[in-house]
Amino acid sequence: MSQAKIEVRNLNVYYQQYHALHDISIAIPQQQVTALIGPSGCGKSTFLRSLNRLNELIEGTRTEGQVLLDGVDIYAPQTDVVELRKRVGMVFQKPSAFPMSIYDNIAYGPRIHGITRKVELDEIVERSLRQANLWDEVKDRLGSSALRLSGGQQQRLVIARVLSINPEVILMDEPASALDPISTAKLEDLIAQLKRDYTIVIVTHNMQQAARVSDATAFFLNGDLIEFQPTRKLFVNPEDKRTEDYVTGRFG
Amino acid sequence: MTTQGGGRPAQVRAAHERLVALLLLATSLVSVLAIALIIVFLFAKGMPLLGKVGVWHFLTSPTWNPTRGEFGIATMLVGSLVVTLGALAWGAPLGLALAIFLAELAPPRVTAGISWAVDLLAGIPSVVYGFFGLVVIVPFIRERLGGPGFSILAGVIILGIMILPTIVNISRDAIRAVPRDYKEGSLALGATHWQTIVRILVPSARSGILAGIVLGMGRAIGETMAVVLVTGNVTRMPDSILSPVRTMTSNVVLEMGYASGDHQLALFATGMVLFVFIVVMNVMVSSAMRTRG
Repeated sequence: MSQAKIEVRNLNVYYQQYHALHDISIAIPQQQVTALIGPSGCGKSTFLRSLNRLNELIEGTRTEGQVLLDGVDIYAPQTDVVELRKRVGMVFQKPSAFPMSIYDNIAYGPRIHGITRKVELDEIVERSLRQANLWDEVKDRLGSSALRLSGGQQQRLVIARVLSINPEVILMDEPASALDPISTAKLEDLIAQLKRDYTIVIVTHNMQQAARVSDATAFFLNGDLIEFQPTRKLFVNPEDKRTEDYVTGRFG
Repeated sequence: MTTQGGGRPAQVRAAHERLVALLLLATSLVSVLAIALIIVFLFAKGMPLLGKVGVWHFLTSPTWNPTRGEFGIATMLVGSLVVTLGALAWGAPLGLALAIFLAELAPPRVTAGISWAVDLLAGIPSVVYGFFGLVVIVPFIRERLGGPGFSILAGVIILGIMILPTIVNISRDAIRAVPRDYKEGSLALGATHWQTIVRILVPSARSGILAGIVLGMGRAIGETMAVVLVTGNVTRMPDSILSPVRTMTSNVVLEMGYASGDHQLALFATGMVLFVFIVVMNVMVSSAMRTRG
């Protein structure tokens, strides 16, 4: 596996008394797609949200251990969360464009980070939409409401929105679970393109999807990381009995 | 033949269902009937006088002298509008600020405490507000700012407080109802909490916030008791916020006791104008609620 972009060491996450993640250590490779699989409630989404410190929004969350992004601990006291989230973007389960125009959706990120020149914003909007394979579908109606786009288009819009702030890592939390098969296929194509430039971590319920899009796969169960392998090996020749049971559909 | 659901025959059950539906229809008709009767009554009483003095004259003449048969409510129209808009001018921003604080920033215990206080504010009878204004605000204005104390300003202060609960509660619920994904999406892009509030949450809750403000406005323009006690009720065109003023509602409540003939009809006509105002406002609310995005 290539060089690690994110190295997680002994990560423990608690919600109030509930111990959600147990001592997770994992190295996420740069410019590859890493899939996180496992049954509902296994902690894979919690893990994903600990990589951009979004768990902190939930009252009573406690995080222990280290998450090193390019070797620097994002949980260190001097970390600027705003800066961190610029580097680590996130796409959510439900395609949720903001209730504003397509243009303003994409320009939102650059604007909050201080870019105000129209030329510059125009350029970012076009580049981001092109990168997300959405430009040709929306270029004639950038001023119309983003809520009128289909679910699949909205999800690519959200990805374009993330790309607009030039992140290094993109986290995706079941991005295709609300999409139809054609939109899902387009999204998977996009993920394959994006990994040339970005490190991608994707949570998915769909094991075929994990097998199709990812280079490495991590299997979570009840808050433990059971196994982390190159995707092919994890699906064809897993080392742990529990992984084998899960990928062959015997539980979960 | 018995089936599940009470074990009664099918025909009996169907009849029972129809009966319940009819009863519920009848009860809902009562409220429709009530509003219809009020409209008919108000217009039946008010229209003849408007026909006699002319709608335009009635609305624009500043002279209200019932004993001489002069009926113009311009001073009261101005009075109602100025007091209402004044109350909104400080009540709406304050209410919105409080709603944002409660929905997004306050720790749960503080939220509970403030919500309790705001709800209590809604439960205070308006005559108590008026009494408070009469013994605290009116003397304060008279001594510190001059004038008689009974003034537009006194009405504005009291009404601003009275409309807070409406604005706070509706705006807070509207902000809380913004999908969680919008908030997380914004934060995940590196926006600060405050940027997220100003650029995403408040704009997304816009229609609800607007509805709260317009409903508060409806409450302010329809308020009578508190206003009667603090605004002085003079039918003269006000020239400053320290001038006394009479509102349309005050006009009705002050003179209905002894009015007869055309005078009484003129009070109904005043009520009619008020009613039209409030209908217009309701239409504004529902159209504001419909336009989203």
